[in-house]
Amino acid sequence: MRTNDPSRRGLIRGAGALMATLPLTQVKLAFGGQRQDINIAYISDSHIQHIKGNEFVRNWDRGLIRAVAETNLLLPKPDFVVFGGDLAQLGTKPELDHGAEILSALNADVKYVMGEHDYYLDLGAYWSELFGPQHYSWNHKGVHFVVLNSILTHKEWTFDRWPTAEQRMLEMAGLDNPNGSPFMVGAKQRKWLERDLKKVTDDTPVVVFSHSPIQKIFKHWNFWTDDADEVQALLGRFHSANVIYGHVHQIQYNRIGNIHFHSVMATAWPWPYPQSYAQAESHLPVVTVPMNRADPFHERDATGWQLIDVHTGRPTLSYKLANNTNRTVGPDPATGMPHDFDFQERQISAQDHY
Amino acid sequence: MTKTSRFVAALALCGALFAGSALADEFTDNDVDHWMGEFKATADKGRALWVDGTLGSNGVACAQCHPNAANTHPETYPKYQKQLGRVVTIGEMINWCIQNPLEGEEMKLDDPRIVAMQAYVNFERRGVEMSPGKH
Repeated sequence: MRTNDPSRRGLIRGAGALMATLPLTQVKLAFGGQRQDINIAYISDSHIQHIKGNEFVRNWDRGLIRAVAETNLLLPKPDFVVFGGDLAQLGTKPELDHGAEILSALNADVKYVMGEHDYYLDLGAYWSELFGPQHYSWNHKGVHFVVLNSILTHKEWTFDRWPTAEQRMLEMAGLDNPNGSPFMVGAKQRKWLERDLKKVTDDTPVVVFSHSPIQKIFKHWNFWTDDADEVQALLGRFHSANVIYGHVHQIQYNRIGNIHFHSVMATAWPWPYPQSYAQAESHLPVVTVPMNRADPFHERDATGWQLIDVHTGRPTLSYKLANNTNRTVGPDPATGMPHDFDFQERQISAQDHY
Repeated sequence: MTKTSRFVAALALCGALFAGSALADEFTDNDVDHWMGEFKATADKGRALWVDGTLGSNGVACAQCHPNAANTHPETYPKYQKQLGRVVTIGEMINWCIQNPLEGEEMKLDDPRIVAMQAYVNFERRGVEMSPGKH
């Protein structure tokens, strides 16, 4: 078994200076024994926002363009690239088309995850036309990968509450909008997942990609999946179950039972940690060392992408952060907990979020 | 005349002058309700502006990065803003965001919209200890 190599310098071809400021998240899934390396580049939450005509918000465009360009520098090439959802801000055709065009520059196989900003205008119709099914699974080098659409919600909210599709989209797009509704995977998709996992043996590592956390962190901002417990129960028997999610625009990690949870960064903008809102209770996982506070004067600060290495059976995420110190989070061999290699081993103090 | 008796005499004179009109510091529950209502209406206007994509020029709204006005830290202002190299008010920082991420026009610091957004930001931070200057 090879040791964790959080820097993964060998992956980057002649791009040392550039990589020092990369805003991507590399995900390295690492499994013991004879398994091969699996390297996944993970880009998420670009929130491409249409202004009018052919104008889009420059700031969000630049984040995605940069992540795509940096991902294309990886050598060896990643096994595949995941786009983790919220490609668009308001789910319109111009936004999805513009985002798809930027992503089309990726020279790798791309797996797509649905985000609520992509979904609630036309309930995923145009997104599916561009990118295919909203939940699916595949096997790769001995690992079972699953993509879920975790941002569904109650039928009544989805179909009967809002006079127009545009209003439904706007109501769900506001993170702090009290008219929103909690995310869920839903009974139908959970049944599919149960059937899908039946053919997978307990010792096969399972990696689930979802947009929302399949855990309950902060309901007020939908850092939350309402049926997280039921989905976690389906993953319970696997020796190595792992969930990688977007949506939260910040570094989070956790372990619940045998399931490791990791969030990925947005390319668009960072979000405050839940404890920064003084009027509601939140449950940031206690093991999470928060990322540094964002400096708004550097518009790419606290945005990024990740390289994920799966070779030990657990994902190790190298966060490539523009304008900030890169972070690496993976399994601590001593405790089995997800662990930040820099902040916990070198004991750099995390900045207070208040 | 002693000091105290001169003071009493002065008080009596004031009383005589203002007899028949309400004392300056006297207010009723209705007054308080009215004033809080005025504040709340202004804070509500601030919230409406906070989620308004037309405040700047590019459709971006404050709430996209600052849900519930989180990470604005009004209790720490005025403070030394290291990126600007001087002590600024929260109103100046709201203005900075309008001009930069929102790509909008600078507003006067007493513009009713800046005042309303300050009211909203402070309301979302109610109960948090004052920490002027805190980084």
